[in-house]
Amino acid sequence: MANSTRTIDIGTAQAPARPGEERGTLTGWLQDLVFTVDHKKLGLMYIGTGWLFFVLAGSMATFIRLQLAVPSNHVVTPQEFNGLITMHGTVMIFFVAMPFAFGFANYIVPLQIGARDMAFPRLNAFSFWVTFLGGCLLFMSYFCAPGLYDAGGPPQVGWFALAPLNSSAFSRGPSVDYWSLSLLVTGIGSITGGVNVMVTIFCYRCKGMTLYRMPLFVWMIVVTMFLVIMFIPPLTAAQIMLMLERLLGATFFDTQAGGSAILWQHFFWIFGHPEVYILVLPAFGIVSEVVPVFSRKPIFGYPAMVAASVVIGFISAGVWAHHMFTVGMSPFSTTFFAFSTLLIAIPTGIKIFNWLATMYGGKIRFEVPMLFCIGFLFQFLIAGLTGVMLGVAPFDWQLNDSYFVIAHFHYVIVGAIIFAVFAGTYYWYPKAFGRMLSKKLGLWHFWLFTIGFHLTFDPQHISGILGMPRRIYTYQPGRGWEIWNLISTIGVIFQGAAAVIFVFNMFWSYWKGKQAGEDPWDAWTLEWVTSSPPPEYNFEKLPEVLSRRPLWDLKHPDDPDWKYE
Amino acid sequence: MPGLSRRCARSRLFAIGVTVLSLLALPTALSGIAGAEDLPIHSIQNIFDPKSGPAETLYWLSILVLAICTGIFLVVGGLLTYAIIRYRRRGSHDDMEEPPQVYGSTAIELAWTVIPILIVVVLALVTARTIGELKGPLPIANNEELRIIGHRFWWEVRYPKYHVVTANEIHVPLNSRPEAAVTELTLESADVVHGFWVPQLNGKSWVVPNYRNTLWIKPYEAGIYLGNCTVICGDQHANMLIRVVVQNREDYNQWLENQQKPPVADPNVEKGRKEFVANSCGTCHSIEATAANGVFGPDLTHFMSRATLGAGVAPNDEDHLRAWLKDPQVLKPGCLMPNMKLEDKQVDEILAYLRTLK
Repeated sequence: MANSTRTIDIGTAQAPARPGEERGTLTGWLQDLVFTVDHKKLGLMYIGTGWLFFVLAGSMATFIRLQLAVPSNHVVTPQEFNGLITMHGTVMIFFVAMPFAFGFANYIVPLQIGARDMAFPRLNAFSFWVTFLGGCLLFMSYFCAPGLYDAGGPPQVGWFALAPLNSSAFSRGPSVDYWSLSLLVTGIGSITGGVNVMVTIFCYRCKGMTLYRMPLFVWMIVVTMFLVIMFIPPLTAAQIMLMLERLLGATFFDTQAGGSAILWQHFFWIFGHPEVYILVLPAFGIVSEVVPVFSRKPIFGYPAMVAASVVIGFISAGVWAHHMFTVGMSPFSTTFFAFSTLLIAIPTGIKIFNWLATMYGGKIRFEVPMLFCIGFLFQFLIAGLTGVMLGVAPFDWQLNDSYFVIAHFHYVIVGAIIFAVFAGTYYWYPKAFGRMLSKKLGLWHFWLFTIGFHLTFDPQHISGILGMPRRIYTYQPGRGWEIWNLISTIGVIFQGAAAVIFVFNMFWSYWKGKQAGEDPWDAWTLEWVTSSPPPEYNFEKLPEVLSRRPLWDLKHPDDPDWKYE
Repeated sequence: MPGLSRRCARSRLFAIGVTVLSLLALPTALSGIAGAEDLPIHSIQNIFDPKSGPAETLYWLSILVLAICTGIFLVVGGLLTYAIIRYRRRGSHDDMEEPPQVYGSTAIELAWTVIPILIVVVLALVTARTIGELKGPLPIANNEELRIIGHRFWWEVRYPKYHVVTANEIHVPLNSRPEAAVTELTLESADVVHGFWVPQLNGKSWVVPNYRNTLWIKPYEAGIYLGNCTVICGDQHANMLIRVVVQNREDYNQWLENQQKPPVADPNVEKGRKEFVANSCGTCHSIEATAANGVFGPDLTHFMSRATLGAGVAPNDEDHLRAWLKDPQVLKPGCLMPNMKLEDKQVDEILAYLRTLK
């Protein structure tokens, strides 16, 4: 990928190639991987890291589902099960969904705003490597500190590690220390990454690209990074407190020494809820790029979309305690947080309506990215509505901690975010590698994954309604949960098959895919004006834009957008 | 409030639809664990099939919210489907010309902002009203008061008015016409955060150390209701089960009376009693009128009056109890009762003794 640019690079043409920099050697490739500060390579490395951990955490989910397929099952022990759910949740949030958000931001943002790279390329590399290190640190818990009874192995506290279960009294050994350090380190990577992307967007836009002309994806990333900078620090603070408590005997959360178990929850969720929007806003961004291009219309109500995202960002700061409706808050706080939670439905609704109106009156092309976006729209609609049910606090007293909640947030994270990531991957893969992903394999992938997703997560709504609590490693027969759990487990087979096809498609198309050319989708934003893959410096001459759709203006000089904006 | 006619008139279609498949598997399973009680077991805890005052309030709110959300889904989902089908690309001639480029419309934007705002206002108002109803003062003053203390991985149940201490099985009176009976549960934790949830009786509440939460129930159908701990609390979170026995006032009083009595001192099992004390079982367990006065494990004074072992992990019969005494880590791996490495003879003697604690 890097080599395609060498011919143009005049400066280094006469200098002898440094060892390992020769064309196509493995060492050269590895060296490039480690030392690169190119936003595109780092973006791809972020996304690659995401897929790597996705496979790991996905296999964990498979074991969870196998254990729960039938009542009183013995695939794993209770300790192993608690380890699996903790690792699955932590990895999927922090080392799959977060790297996806940063990966797409890294790769796409500089291209879409017409910049040559990120504002701080070396800080960018630092952010990536720190995030990657955090992931490795979490997995180190599997290998380190064996020998102590009950002490080796992964943390077994659930992904939000409630105090005081996370204290050294109830979680012996260093597993939770690894968990805590891992999130601490990753948090640093996220914050530096967030600053970097923000500065890039605010200072490095090309000529003519006012804030009002930025592509919606970039707008969503602005809001995302704002949330990252605001709300990762509370998590980092909580991890420092937890480390002080576990290693140095502080008592912030130690209820037997006057600490507060609720304090931990406030710290965790004041990070944890905005986190959901940190993950889903980039997904909104991808959908806002794909839906217009494949409907052949500009996004409907651009100002409303921007306003809705900013409003979501602000409201999301004030809803964290809806994760704590059952904790025993006062009626006043409960009512307040129920109101603020319901309020978020309004800007979210505006977004769905705008996507709908964008398709309305268009000529929809059912390419694979668009299919994933259509899946996203339906699933996100359902996720939003179950979210409203959970936001109605008294309904939440029944549904919280049950499989209904599991179904709800998997609808958000898989049904919406992962679907959008698939859409984004099919959409931008040709830009990144110069070849199209196979449409035939893509269709298999889409249908199998959609079927698997619904088989797995739809029945979980019902087992939740029937009183099945989350995080139980086994259940007795006769509670009415058997059939729903069995269907749920069967769905995993479809999802697994789809994942295999997807990974195969990524590799196969890299060598055998159809040549993409600069602009395979006939799209309108700046990344499609440069070659595929883009040269290291992105654009030979920095572009200048007059409207939100510079390539539309170029292709339709008789009817350019800037006349109407 | 929850009169019979209203309950009968209610459409149970949803509840039936949800449970019909599950019912097929039912008879094989829990019928063996019914125990001494002659009461029906409500093992399928459908939140849309409430059997108690607060759960019924939540049910009506849920139905309203569900109806609104279903309506929104049908309208928006329908529009999406329509747009996707109606405006699909129909062959290559569609590529020749782009569709009309529409950038937005303030009037339409306003419409679909205002309508959701109205819906949200409605939802917010019913939410506030229900919160007030369930978290406000109790409907009657003369109620039963229970303290429920979550331990890893079992429930301690205390009746302060009657000086009764038991575990895992919560007996409460039935709310009937002549005499209203509301039971207030005060939830506390001895160690980590737990969650108390019996869906047909009320929503859940977390059980937080250093913190006192309350729930109240007003059950109107006798029976045994199953519930779970809902917050991960360690290895055996899954087997921290709850059994609520709702019985009429007479049976309830009779049960209380029995619980208040000291255990029968049967001379035939004197050996077992000595073994029990000698093997330091009493460090964790209490049996009234003996040297056993521990507080870390369940009170065993009327152990045989309970239908299950190990917080619901197995039925309380001779075979399971023997297995439990030999090694509790087999039935409930990760529970805090260690394997006492008793010899078979000791197990038999202790077993015989425990079986007399009616």
